[in-house]
Amino acid sequence: MLLLNIDAAFVIEKVILISVILMGSLGVAMYATWAERKVSAVMQDRIGPNRAGPFGLLQPLADGLKLFFKEEIIPDRSTQFIFILGPCLAMLTATMTSAVMPWGPDFTLGGRTVSLQVADINIGILFVFGVVSLGVYGVMLGGWASNNKFSLLSSIRAASQCISYELAMGISLIALLMMTGSLSMKDIVTQQHGFWNDGYFTWNFFKQPVGFIIFLTCSFAELSRAPFDLPECDSELNMGYHQEYSSMKLGFYLFAEYINMFISSAVISTLFFGGYNFPFMDQVQAAVPSGIFSLICVGALMAKIVGMILFFMFVRWTLPRFRYDQLMKLGWRSLIPLALINMLVTGGVILMTMKK
Amino acid sequence: MHLLLLTADQNTPFNYFPVALQLVIAIGFVAVMMGATHLLGPKRRTKDKLVNFESGIPSVGNARQPMGIKYFLVAILFVLFDVEVIFFYPYAVNFRFLGAEGFKEVVLFVAFFFCGFLYIVKKGALDWED
Repeated sequence: MLLLNIDAAFVIEKVILISVILMGSLGVAMYATWAERKVSAVMQDRIGPNRAGPFGLLQPLADGLKLFFKEEIIPDRSTQFIFILGPCLAMLTATMTSAVMPWGPDFTLGGRTVSLQVADINIGILFVFGVVSLGVYGVMLGGWASNNKFSLLSSIRAASQCISYELAMGISLIALLMMTGSLSMKDIVTQQHGFWNDGYFTWNFFKQPVGFIIFLTCSFAELSRAPFDLPECDSELNMGYHQEYSSMKLGFYLFAEYINMFISSAVISTLFFGGYNFPFMDQVQAAVPSGIFSLICVGALMAKIVGMILFFMFVRWTLPRFRYDQLMKLGWRSLIPLALINMLVTGGVILMTMKK
Repeated sequence: MHLLLLTADQNTPFNYFPVALQLVIAIGFVAVMMGATHLLGPKRRTKDKLVNFESGIPSVGNARQPMGIKYFLVAILFVLFDVEVIFFYPYAVNFRFLGAEGFKEVVLFVAFFFCGFLYIVKKGALDWED
């Protein structure tokens, strides 16, 4: 019966917030494709997209529109329903992850407190992991349904790579959770308030550097980005699990990848780099109204996210690709034991400092 | 007032309502986009066009054939180890509350975890180069 108590303003507020976040992540994903091409161009001493609009800024829009107007081809030997379901699932999981992200602190508007987080649930980070794991289905189903040997090989690689790195990712996070004592993203961010407190940094990056490196490596593998882009290595498989796709179904796979990159940058910023916190935020909070302060905080988070995305891109255009056995060796034999040791050391240190 | 009390708590079905809302919006978005591209794109299907592209030459046989067992082995091992990792989560959240006593037990658990890990490594389950 309690569920019936939801008031209309609350629903409207959430719908607006969800729409803004959805549009925002799509926009960031679109311009991430542009940025990727520009970054790669700069790093390889080329010019990059420069025809559509100033600096080629309209290029992603043109690409998106083009995909809409392309013929959709469903190969006659594929399993039709699953072939269509694959990209839908990939996109759906990519857009669901943002539900638990805290984008900024609460602010008051017309007497009511507005939260910049869609849902503050107490299993926050587990929700992210759950949805991310579901993302494997989109790739796996699409690759299998295509009835194409290369797609199948690519999707099976992707699945096995994702699940392998999920283990190390999960364990590396345990050490962080031992310090925070909460799975809620909001709590984790609140604990990293400001930048400096009690003679040490508040951001988790400075408390968990090893955990951060493991988490970051695993994010690269989960996103199947270089140097772990084995599901999409053109030189071995013709294109990847989306080889038989065309029109927006192909676009969904490509966009989902960039949305995932945006979200995982947001998760890394939230967990390790203090989320929307920034140095001297208390002084700023005292000086400006709460709405403006929230906007500044969102800006700080977005700056961190953009920094992370650029880092992902620099790595992609710098490092060569791993071999598959090297990838598996790194994931299972190095990262999992390292993460376990990190967890035990963290636990020991916290217990020793607690006793004092 | 009743509503405010509910939103303050993190663990009620009410907190999951926005997640459901986002799911509905996301499904709507995906459906609209898929419908739009279906309606906007041209449809000129010919028999040759609908053949699987694969490598650009006529494909041989069916793709639904047995794959390397290694991938399935990894999947099985993942299920085993992920269940063990999931056990760590409730422990990590209650870490400070359980203190040294709990830590000893987790060290024991990690030891078992590590034994299993060593076993699969020695068995060669993770060897990819034959």
